[in-house]
Amino acid sequence: MPEPVQKPSGNKETVVRTLLVALVVSLVCSSLVASAAVVLKPRQVANAILDMRRNILEVAGLLDPDVDVDAAFARIEPRVVDLETGAYVDDLDPETFDPADAAKDPERSVEVPADIDVARVGRRAKRALVYLVRENGEVSKIILPVSGYGLWSTMYGFLALEADGNTVADITFYAHGETPGLGDFITKPAWRVLWRGKRAFDPSGEPRLQVIKGRVSEDDPLADYHVDGVSGATLTGNGVTKMMQYWLGEHGYGPYLQSIQRGGST
Amino acid sequence: MSSAAKRALVAPVVDDNPVTLQVLGICSALAVTTALLPSLYMCLALTVVAALANTAVSAIRHVLPGSIRIIVQMTIIASLVIVVDESLKAFAFETSRELSVFVGLIITNCIVLGRTESFASKNPVGLSFLDGIGNGLGYSVILILVASTRELLGAGTLLGYTILPQVAEGGWYNPNGMMLLPPSAFFVIGLIIWAVRTWKAEQVEKPEFRIHEVHRTEAL
Repeated sequence: MPEPVQKPSGNKETVVRTLLVALVVSLVCSSLVASAAVVLKPRQVANAILDMRRNILEVAGLLDPDVDVDAAFARIEPRVVDLETGAYVDDLDPETFDPADAAKDPERSVEVPADIDVARVGRRAKRALVYLVRENGEVSKIILPVSGYGLWSTMYGFLALEADGNTVADITFYAHGETPGLGDFITKPAWRVLWRGKRAFDPSGEPRLQVIKGRVSEDDPLADYHVDGVSGATLTGNGVTKMMQYWLGEHGYGPYLQSIQRGGST
Repeated sequence: MSSAAKRALVAPVVDDNPVTLQVLGICSALAVTTALLPSLYMCLALTVVAALANTAVSAIRHVLPGSIRIIVQMTIIASLVIVVDESLKAFAFETSRELSVFVGLIITNCIVLGRTESFASKNPVGLSFLDGIGNGLGYSVILILVASTRELLGAGTLLGYTILPQVAEGGWYNPNGMMLLPPSAFFVIGLIIWAVRTWKAEQVEKPEFRIHEVHRTEAL
């Protein structure tokens, strides 16, 4: 480290001068940071909403580059679900309901018991926002927001199930901090294709969907529930497995999906 | 452009490269170089921060007391990095998500603080600005070389476009998965340093000591 470069000349080094410089620098820097945050906030929020809608459309198979995202999103029907009973709730407006906000409110959220919190969700809102795609009035796809911890970060995504509440249609991840080039395989189309047609629950109703190590072999008896993992990103894959375990389980969307499978909740 | 200005701008690209000669900023060179696109944004972000931080530090160099100079430089750098990070989130949403924490980590990038402390605090504003740009470019050249090598050999693509079709997708190229892991960046940077020092032999450091055969009489 080189010697201090300033020649300690005259009054530059006094206590008052030091405090004054520190104060002015802090004021200038904090107003710079604050105004950047305030000015850019609306754009960032708009980006985030647009991105979420684009992801929902994509997982629903409705994303068309020629159609405006907001216009296409009109085909999606958001519904609020009570996760404990699995029934739809109509006393909340799905347009304004924010599950992330509710998860912070002790009144409207529950602590996930430590022994089943494999996905490290922590707290979750008592109610969840799901998205339905209808075709000719009938529900054709159910889109469930899912989240869980991977290697570095909480991964947020959507799992799309067919109307039977069991067959996987697609999966997307819209926010994660996994290793670029490795753990980010979860967003790659080539990997997402592998999910299509997989089954979430075995005949006894146990959630079985998981990302395994390596490729799913032809003679794997559980091939219907297994998705290829990526070597070098095992922990991200395990994170996805745990996410599925939690969100498809009894404490997650289990009750809701069971009522779908019984033919209720339409 | 004066020769001093030209030197401040051009020297850090090869002759005084922050990564290969000064071996600074290696940490982010390992982290973000698995793919080319995030690396390009990282280069842009670092160049902007280095240039503006140098300018700001140079502008206040006559009033900045020596006792708090490092913390003041850090404050300026941190503020600039936050502004750059927020701007990326507003204008390059996709990439900002891929880069995630690494933009924030420019705060701890040794190149930025290294240049403000060793250059900007004793040179005029214009020259300091050029020095920041030059060092940003020097970092960028290495980052782009490393990222291109790693993305091409690790995934067979460049900027996401398939160059070498992978066996898994019906092509002939069997990707080298190690290229996507951090150690490969060390190897690639090492090879680049070797190449540069073969080309520019004056960059080779003098050995600190030399082993020589001891003659029997010397040993006694």
